[in-house]
Amino acid sequence: MTGPIAIVGAGLAGLRAAETLRREGYDGKLTVIGEEAHEPYDRPPLSKQILTGWVAADHTTLPRLENLDDVDWELGRRAVSLDLAGKKIMLDDGRAVPYDRCLIATGVRARPWFNETEAELDGMFVVHTSDDSRALRQRLAAKPRRVLVIGGGFTGSEVASVCRMLDVDVTLVELADAPLSGALGGVIGAVAADMQRDAGVDLRTGVRVDAIESDERGRVDGVRLSDGTDLDVDVVVVALGGIRNTEWLTGSRLAASALGIGCDAGCRAFDGNAIVTDDVFVAGDVARFPHPIYGYQMMTLEHWRNALIQAEIAAHNMIAKEADRRPHVSVPWFWSIQFEVNIKSVGVPSMADQVVVTQGSTADRRFVAAYGLNGTIVAAVSFNDGRYLEFYERLIQEAAPFPIRLDNVDQATGDDPVPAAFPPQSELTNRPTVVLTGHSPTEMRVERKETEETAA
Amino acid sequence: MRVVVDLTLCQGYAQCAYLAPESFKLSGEEALMYDPGPDDAQRERIMRAAAACPVRAIFTEPAPGTKA
Amino acid sequence: MSEPTLLDQVFAQENRQDPYPLFAEMRKTPVARQPDGTYVVSAYEHIVTLLHDPRVSSDPAKRGLPGPGQEPAFINTDPPKHDRLRRKTTAFFGPPHKPDLVASLEPWMHETVNGLIDGLAGKTRIDIVDDVAYPFPVSAICRVLGVPREDEPKFHDWSGTLIVALGARFHPEGQEEVFQKAIKASQELMAYLTDLAEAHRKSPADDLLSGLVTDEDPDRMADEDIPATSRLLLIAGHETTVNLIANGMLTLLRYPEQLERVRSEPGYVIRVVEELLRFEPPVQMIPSRSALEDIPLGETTIPAGSGIILATAAGNRDAARFTDPDQFEPERQDGEEGQHLGLGGGVHYCFGAPLARLEVQIALQTLARRLENPRLVQDPPEYRPSPVLRGPIHLPVEIDAVRPA
Repeated sequence: MTGPIAIVGAGLAGLRAAETLRREGYDGKLTVIGEEAHEPYDRPPLSKQILTGWVAADHTTLPRLENLDDVDWELGRRAVSLDLAGKKIMLDDGRAVPYDRCLIATGVRARPWFNETEAELDGMFVVHTSDDSRALRQRLAAKPRRVLVIGGGFTGSEVASVCRMLDVDVTLVELADAPLSGALGGVIGAVAADMQRDAGVDLRTGVRVDAIESDERGRVDGVRLSDGTDLDVDVVVVALGGIRNTEWLTGSRLAASALGIGCDAGCRAFDGNAIVTDDVFVAGDVARFPHPIYGYQMMTLEHWRNALIQAEIAAHNMIAKEADRRPHVSVPWFWSIQFEVNIKSVGVPSMADQVVVTQGSTADRRFVAAYGLNGTIVAAVSFNDGRYLEFYERLIQEAAPFPIRLDNVDQATGDDPVPAAFPPQSELTNRPTVVLTGHSPTEMRVERKETEETAA
Repeated sequence: MRVVVDLTLCQGYAQCAYLAPESFKLSGEEALMYDPGPDDAQRERIMRAAAACPVRAIFTEPAPGTKA
Repeated sequence: MSEPTLLDQVFAQENRQDPYPLFAEMRKTPVARQPDGTYVVSAYEHIVTLLHDPRVSSDPAKRGLPGPGQEPAFINTDPPKHDRLRRKTTAFFGPPHKPDLVASLEPWMHETVNGLIDGLAGKTRIDIVDDVAYPFPVSAICRVLGVPREDEPKFHDWSGTLIVALGARFHPEGQEEVFQKAIKASQELMAYLTDLAEAHRKSPADDLLSGLVTDEDPDRMADEDIPATSRLLLIAGHETTVNLIANGMLTLLRYPEQLERVRSEPGYVIRVVEELLRFEPPVQMIPSRSALEDIPLGETTIPAGSGIILATAAGNRDAARFTDPDQFEPERQDGEEGQHLGLGGGVHYCFGAPLARLEVQIALQTLARRLENPRLVQDPPEYRPSPVLRGPIHLPVEIDAVRPA
């Protein structure tokens, strides 16, 4: 195809899409629009080795795996609207970027503190951009009295971990009963809570922050919690997740909302009538796509690898012949590094109703746990035991029965599965069984597996 | 140089941390932290690290095998 | 007397010099039940699957096989014991506790290899094995472990005897004498290592054995595990890297344009070593795994309790994974680079791999640079008896001269 192609979003997904387009032979006009005035850069180090001071905040520029000299880079430019019929993207400086195909990969931004006045105080931080990370690093290097982290998800826990590595006092406040329970459930969350406390984190669960106090110079000097406690803190890191950058698409007549931009398994965006477009594609954190392993549930994933793989597939599909298009059906993967533990997960743990430790020991902080829904395995998580996860990935692809019996393996307790204790989610419906074939995430197809019921 | 490691693929074999210890460091037994913007002086060691990774998780610019 | 199986033929000495056509036959039945109930797995994807399957054990005791009579080293244990032993050994060898150890050996390695090659000046006929491939890795492992170099002749014999027994275990007929010798060698080696550990306790130095015996961590390695651990590292450090250097030089001499590139292109040897681990791996199979549960694989199910042999050298030539698998091609692309099975995979991935990689890169590059007009005298060379740890006994090479370092 001749193009032009426009990519909105110059993060990991936008970069990988541009590389894929060039690698697969698209040599027409290619424009990449990015709000931040930086070349595409990697975010995971921002909550780890930048905050420890090992690596400078502007040193995470992503390597380019293809020649992208011939690309129009519009960095430090914001896309403000998309004209679906006219096939153009309007920029904040008034210019229009026409496209024959476009890819939306605008990602998320950090959710700010809900109180705007408090959010502006000196000492309030979020961690999402390299500028955020540089600012927080400076403050941590100056040895604050106490850091308060609001939110016990992965980012908040990683920040707390860095604080302890730097021997900085830190309190982490989490509304649920345990950190990481939104992603991994309360049972595994309890292990994470032990890890935090062993490392000296002052962990407060089941509470929220009601107010942030400041001194006469507008600097943070305390917080009040919902249980009435007052804490003396001078740095607050707000780690309450991300907001999808879809507001600019209001009025575009695409299926865009706070949940993301709805798209099919080929990354083609739905319009507001839920009819799939043929020229607007989506990838990464903003994409809301159906997953066959999970009953075609629409899901949005804020996972690094999802952004990478989905961008490759979207880019391929933008220029491929219809018969050569590929579905985005790979099993989701995730990782987090905290408290000297490598936490990895495969599948979507939050789909599960039950969890069981299948290998290792939670007390050793080295184990694998499997998650099941209605007697089928849906996910697995490893703490410092990641070499076994591809075994579980295969089980997930095959919709294998849960629990898996590994009676002779590695400290098998013979324990029964227990409720995974995820904070409440919406009901899931029955679904057909599907099986994946192929080994590469871009070579997978889906075939329906005959079960006894469906064959009858 | 620019380096990115796909930490989804990484299983903590740590070949990189042995062969280029200034640029790749283990946190605990399995987790990898690395320098995404290392000095060009580290180039040969990083090339050894990238070639030794059993899961091909290390990507660099310039690419391994290209002349400086 | 039944027909020899493919595995029997691989084990036969006359096939040592080129087992690959037999491996090609083997791959036609990628999960093959042997008459004794062992399963031989030769397809690449199946091997990778099993290397990451928690139902696969490395502990011969769980199969009821005769054990070595002492505590096994970590290579023959399963999690959790495996993880504790390996972690403790790593604490005195690599990251996170000793991150700089291997990389800091680089100058010493250059000095040692160059010293060995300096000793060949004036000769027109050399033996790659006796002159470089054997003495260099042996010096390296002795230095790392803390074994006195002058005791080398003793453990050369012990180690050689044990390696022969390793292969013979799977072909026990007529091997009584081999096993008897191996038991004696094992006892002598263990006694030697126990004494050595004691000597290090009294006068500790900056080596792995001293670290293990003087460790004050509450989680320290138990005394009874230390001799077996040091034996594992001593033998592995001897018998594998030697063969990678020798197999490597043999291959480069068979492909002179590759030898020339190693000589003239900085960094090219890095890719060459990875391709050698695929094309002519020193460890040809992982012979003593077993199934802890029934394991469905391909068209079959491996029953719980069965022995499993992972034929990694066969998997390395699997056309389903590698284009032109029988071509020696260091510049493989498209996801094939470095994807060999030569160092295993999963939790038992080769412990000494970084040391071996560095040693072999330096040895091959220095040999390529300093030997003028090297020619193979005998092709194929005579091979050592082991089908598992495969390499030439000697690799005689004619040269015009030795260039200065």
